[in-house]
Amino acid sequence: MANKFFVAPSPHVHGSQSTRSLMRDVLVALLPALAVSTWVYGTDVLTVSAIAVVSCVVIEFLIQKFLLGGEPTVSNLSAAVTGLLLAFNLPASIPWWIVVIGSAVAIGVAKMTFGGLGRNPFNPALVGRVFLLIAYPVQMTSFSAPTVEGYSDAFSGATPLAAVKSGAVSVEDADLLNMFGGAVSGSLGEIAAAALIVGGIYLLWRKVITWHIPVAVLGSMAVFAFAVALLNGGGAMLYELPAFHLLAGGALLGAIYMATDYVTSPMTYKGMLIYGAGIGVITMVIRLWGAYPEGMSFAILLMNSVAPLINRYVKPKRFGLTTAKK
Amino acid sequence: MKTFPIGGVHPSDNKKWSCGRAIEVAELPDVVNIPLGQHIGAPAAAKVAKGDKVLTGQLIAEASSFMSANIHSPVSGTVTAVDMVPNGQGLRQMMITIKREGDEWMPEIDRTPEIKRECALDPAAIIAKIKDAGIVGMGGATFPTHVKLSIPPGCKAEYLIINGVECEPYLTSDHRTMLERGEELLVGVEILKRALGVDKAVIGIENNKPDAIAHLRALIADKSFAVGVEPLKVQYPQGGEKQLIAAVTGRQVPPPPGLPIHVGAVVCNASTAVAVYEAVQKNKPLIERVVTVTGKSVSEPRNLLARMGTPVAKLIEKAGGLPEGDVKVVNGGPMMGRAMVNLDSPVTKGCSGITVLSGVEARRVQESPCIKCAKCVGACPMGLEPYLISKMSRKKMWESVEGERITDCIECGCCQYSCPAGIPLLDHIRLGKQTVMGIIRARAAANAPKK
Repeated sequence: MANKFFVAPSPHVHGSQSTRSLMRDVLVALLPALAVSTWVYGTDVLTVSAIAVVSCVVIEFLIQKFLLGGEPTVSNLSAAVTGLLLAFNLPASIPWWIVVIGSAVAIGVAKMTFGGLGRNPFNPALVGRVFLLIAYPVQMTSFSAPTVEGYSDAFSGATPLAAVKSGAVSVEDADLLNMFGGAVSGSLGEIAAAALIVGGIYLLWRKVITWHIPVAVLGSMAVFAFAVALLNGGGAMLYELPAFHLLAGGALLGAIYMATDYVTSPMTYKGMLIYGAGIGVITMVIRLWGAYPEGMSFAILLMNSVAPLINRYVKPKRFGLTTAKK
Repeated sequence: MKTFPIGGVHPSDNKKWSCGRAIEVAELPDVVNIPLGQHIGAPAAAKVAKGDKVLTGQLIAEASSFMSANIHSPVSGTVTAVDMVPNGQGLRQMMITIKREGDEWMPEIDRTPEIKRECALDPAAIIAKIKDAGIVGMGGATFPTHVKLSIPPGCKAEYLIINGVECEPYLTSDHRTMLERGEELLVGVEILKRALGVDKAVIGIENNKPDAIAHLRALIADKSFAVGVEPLKVQYPQGGEKQLIAAVTGRQVPPPPGLPIHVGAVVCNASTAVAVYEAVQKNKPLIERVVTVTGKSVSEPRNLLARMGTPVAKLIEKAGGLPEGDVKVVNGGPMMGRAMVNLDSPVTKGCSGITVLSGVEARRVQESPCIKCAKCVGACPMGLEPYLISKMSRKKMWESVEGERITDCIECGCCQYSCPAGIPLLDHIRLGKQTVMGIIRARAAANAPKK
């Protein structure tokens, strides 16, 4: 008989998703936000993104080739995702060498030190961002004003969160419509709320992420802001404060793209809800009462450290143990 | 639409290749090999020896304990050997080899086509006839049907659920059986109801078979059968016994040693119900079954009514032969079937289909590191954490993995199917589950009171 037989235990078929396809879907989902950002800030956006992506990929490749050994894994696109997400956390005007340093910290320290993809306890892109925020606070918080028409200039080059924090602008004066469309100051990826939501819907549709983490993060932020507004007298702020906090800063970027990072988030749906709610609450506490105007990256990193504990104690609903015999 | 409560995946059902092909009678084989162990439980004990003449439908091996099943000759001829013969996986197994001479049936078997609906036997007599006919679950698990129908003391059956789900991709043998032998199936269901003393009977059918659902509903209305038809969402493993019970009744079978009867349910496969009809009303033992021979690269996919013991290669030949190049031939469907190395091995009672996979389909995905995406946890219909129990099994952490309920695993393959990193999760879980079950048995033996 001319045929050779393959023999293996079941299952004999495999779903269409692979690590590479998932990462590619994340990159695709980030494109609308990249486009809006380029429209708002010009081609600097593309330069910063390209530098970050190339540095991350090259650094991972070099570490794997010369230090770790083994098959290079850059073809699974995870380094490219880290690079693009890091770029999304930087201002468009940042010098190129800071981008390279951030990439080196993200990939070199936060990811490869622990053994590469799947083993890092903290979100690499966020470790890179927070390192840069502490090491280069001036460059990390100088935002050029958007170049598009219709930009209200209410925040004069500051991000909406920073302007509100410093007392220059009150939440009532914030232009929510511009914040939704993208004509505000901020880092590359956080300004275009609408585009981020479109990308998030794409990720849900492609079954790359589930709804649990984004809904828990954004839901807990909204509830928290609503409660704060209620304690402060209510009125129109009951709706404006939650809306402002959901649209401002890294809320959507963090909730949809950073907190959902597979490696550093919990494994069960219940765990994801707890983790997401934790992120939302910590973010709001830092935003309202902390020293920094934005707390999303700190909140995600803090909850990353809790994820293993959540995995240990929060178990899925087991079949046959949940409902008693009727 | 009803479905099971936790997890599940949606593989392409690939039923279009064979679902439109009516059942055809396969050519009688010249030589048949009949394994003595083709059911769960103890192998049957051979009642014939080399040189004996047998008729079609004659008892050739007898159930050796309560959890065992009779085996009958599928052809008439001469026994040429009772010996070890390689099975589909290449492992040597005790089989009875019969050289066919014509096709002369046992005289008491009623081979007329008309349908006999009336059955006045009492439950014990029905169960005895089913036991005599050697009927086992034909969906693949091959659990002896008479054992299922013997309700343990303290339990009461409330629901009879007929499994017409056929959630395995590619397979269409139950689908064709429901379409072409619907009335016999419904009489079989009434007999099973009588044997169990239940008045609720439901046939669960996945919604990708609207023709079977409509056909059975029309028959039920026309001929006034007291049987329900429940369309179920297309989702694998809808036909898993525990999943089907949960989908139809909302009740969850407790973990092992919990049984379906503990929630008042008895599940029988649709083809098994037809076999029950034939055994009780026509005195016909289980000597033939419908086998789907299919695959994307099979030129003429078919549903063949084959005698037990027919070499698988003969059926593949009838479906146009194997495609060129490297293939994987699976006994059963692609999610839970077993890969074969020996195509001369026989069709057995649990063989619902032969699926031929070729090219990239036949190969496994390359394994890469776990990215903790949690897709396996979301897919597991038993609410387990496959990534965790697989890794613990790899590290031989038997106590921890028992605590994580590895023995609840039904080996459906949803975890491995959904893993983007291509990790062979189920391979390790199976090994872990076997080891833990061994440990549990040893512990029970050690703790048993000494006589």
